[in-house]
Amino acid sequence: MHRIIAKKLLAPSVYMFVLEAPLVAKAAKPGNFVMVRTDEKGERIPLTIVEHDEKLGTITIVVQEIGASTMRLCEYEEGALLADVLGPCGKPTKIEKVGTVLAVAGGIGIAPLIPQIKEHMRVGNKVVTILGARTEDLYVLRDTASMISSEMILCTDDGSCGFHGFVTQALEEYIKSGKPADEVVAIGPVRMMKACADVTRKYDVKTTVSLNATMLDGTGMCGCCRVTVAGETKFSCVDGPEFDAHEVDFDELIKRQTFFREEERLALEKHRSGEGCKCR
Amino acid sequence: MPVRDLSARPEMPKQNPGERSRNFDEVALGLAEEIAKAEAARCLQCKTRPCVAGCPVEVPIPEFLALAAEGRFIEASLKIKEKNSLPAVCGRVCPQETQCESVCTLGKKFKPVAIGYMERFVSDYERAHSKQEVEKRTADGAPKVAVVGSGPSGLTCAADLALMGYQVDIYESLHETGGVLRYGIPEFRLPKKIVDKEVAYVKQLGVRIVTNAVIGMSIGLEELLGKEGYSAVFIGTGAGLPYFLGIPGENLNGVYSANEFLTRVNLMKAYKFPCYGTPVRIGRRVCVVGAGNVAMDSARTALRLGAKDVQIVYRRSRQEMPARVEEIENAEEEGVKLNLLTNPLAIVGDEQGIVKKMVCQRMELGEPDASGRRRPVPVEGSEFEIEADTVVVAIGQGPNPVLTRNTKDLGLNKRGYIEIKDEFGATSMPGVFAGGDIVTGAATVIAAMGAGKQAARGIDQYIKSRS
Repeated sequence: MHRIIAKKLLAPSVYMFVLEAPLVAKAAKPGNFVMVRTDEKGERIPLTIVEHDEKLGTITIVVQEIGASTMRLCEYEEGALLADVLGPCGKPTKIEKVGTVLAVAGGIGIAPLIPQIKEHMRVGNKVVTILGARTEDLYVLRDTASMISSEMILCTDDGSCGFHGFVTQALEEYIKSGKPADEVVAIGPVRMMKACADVTRKYDVKTTVSLNATMLDGTGMCGCCRVTVAGETKFSCVDGPEFDAHEVDFDELIKRQTFFREEERLALEKHRSGEGCKCR
Repeated sequence: MPVRDLSARPEMPKQNPGERSRNFDEVALGLAEEIAKAEAARCLQCKTRPCVAGCPVEVPIPEFLALAAEGRFIEASLKIKEKNSLPAVCGRVCPQETQCESVCTLGKKFKPVAIGYMERFVSDYERAHSKQEVEKRTADGAPKVAVVGSGPSGLTCAADLALMGYQVDIYESLHETGGVLRYGIPEFRLPKKIVDKEVAYVKQLGVRIVTNAVIGMSIGLEELLGKEGYSAVFIGTGAGLPYFLGIPGENLNGVYSANEFLTRVNLMKAYKFPCYGTPVRIGRRVCVVGAGNVAMDSARTALRLGAKDVQIVYRRSRQEMPARVEEIENAEEEGVKLNLLTNPLAIVGDEQGIVKKMVCQRMELGEPDASGRRRPVPVEGSEFEIEADTVVVAIGQGPNPVLTRNTKDLGLNKRGYIEIKDEFGATSMPGVFAGGDIVTGAATVIAAMGAGKQAARGIDQYIKSRS
């Protein structure tokens, strides 16, 4: 069992949790994720490790309420116990000294980017973080990101703060301006990552994305999270979750993510109604 | 002494097919007490005991049958447990027809003793009636051994080492124990309550189990032998990496690996969705590609989830099907259709990316290949389509790379399985032993258990030779 040491509201329906998970904390590296199951009846969901503290034996995750399982998780309060936290899963990010890295985040995509930004800074890269939100009130971890990055470019869809437009537009303007841009890391909704890849392909800038395929076990034994990369089938959980953005078949990933939409709707309905279990 | 009729082997009572294909309850119902007693008495107690040699874990078969014939069922079960910690599992899933029962002396003239049914009967009887506490064998201060994986090989190795007095810790990556017994074999063939009880027995022997720990990620193998203070390690991580067909359309929605499909249903209890949080989507028409036990399990599971039409698609003929005959019969009785000598060429989807049909071709059998089975050859111009909205790929598994990829010193063969140096499972790393599917590739529960038993001996010798 894994105790919730702290819980904090970051933005509407976005929470940060600090969890007791000594095995994970000891071995975690940037890019790794955990599989979390709230209770005996819960499903296993993947969540990126945002921070880890080996001494305290804790890890930090950020969760957005988007379906029944994440809502259930976000109902857990400080001191409560989660049934299972497995990790660290996935391949750690490859971080090398390259010069200037553009870190592009949409929505809560900034959470999984934070350990990478830190690591890029640590190895001596300059990191320009491009952070987007629908409107100013919805930024997640804006202060943290700004503290650890060399430079911040804020974007809002409605123009309420910073650049008026999508992160992809800000990204394209930055690259077009001729300032150094040696590598791009983009994390967020699949459509946003796809759009980033389309931009950087034009300018031939190496781009890495962290894919959020549906996962089941998270250890490579089912292939539920498979994606096509450079024409080959890869398992996101053990071969990724990070891949070269210019080689990912995003359209396939977008379709695969919708497979359980009807079931997700049913589960949400049941969760909202607060009905108990009727099975035997 | 009951009257012996040497010719009368009992039939296993089963739920009737019409009913059972709609529920997840166990299909086989077990023998009645009087019938079990009479069946045990059919054993000739022959001197040669070929059945014991036919059992990979050396169950003292004539001894336990003699006790059962006298109605001493609890003692009979404990007799088995001297050699086999998972008798209720073995009694249900072992292919006895190719193991112990295939060499039974009585089988030369009559039908062999139903050793599997008897093993199941006495262990079920013990579970229901015995209140005896299990004595913990491990001693504080004894050498520590780590076991990676809580499947059949790991559980057997751990239990045998605990019986020898070692302190044993099992590390399991999933949140539940049992490996394939938990996520692979369905409830209707192996109720999870039985797995729970058998794992509980292994724990009572003093074995500690740590779940949610991926060795190679959470803890390295070198760390187990170093900082963590283990004298030896057994690797029983299985062959859990699903193979896909490599044909167009395999990533369409509605295509599952058998591992994914069965894990959703068995481990995550998706058949109870939405009471349980994990969904599984099954259409009306399901094609299962492959013809091993995993394919049969997948097909029968699909029926129970409400599919109207379930077909096995297999490129060879009935004779070459690797599944147990009993399981093929069970599947057919329940309504699973066999589409033999059929090879899938492509899976075709609609605009939303959902499976609509499978394009196949007919095959005929040619000369035997390296595996000794007749090689399927395509019949030219025989392409045809099967309507399907779900495809389950059950063509086998390979070695999961997570541990081996992160352990540089571990010698692997060309196919990625761990290479062992002797019959005790010693690997290229001193103090590291391996057994089960991670060495042999996907095989049977009992073969994995046999390897676990051998490795326990190897580990015992290794530790003694160093102290």
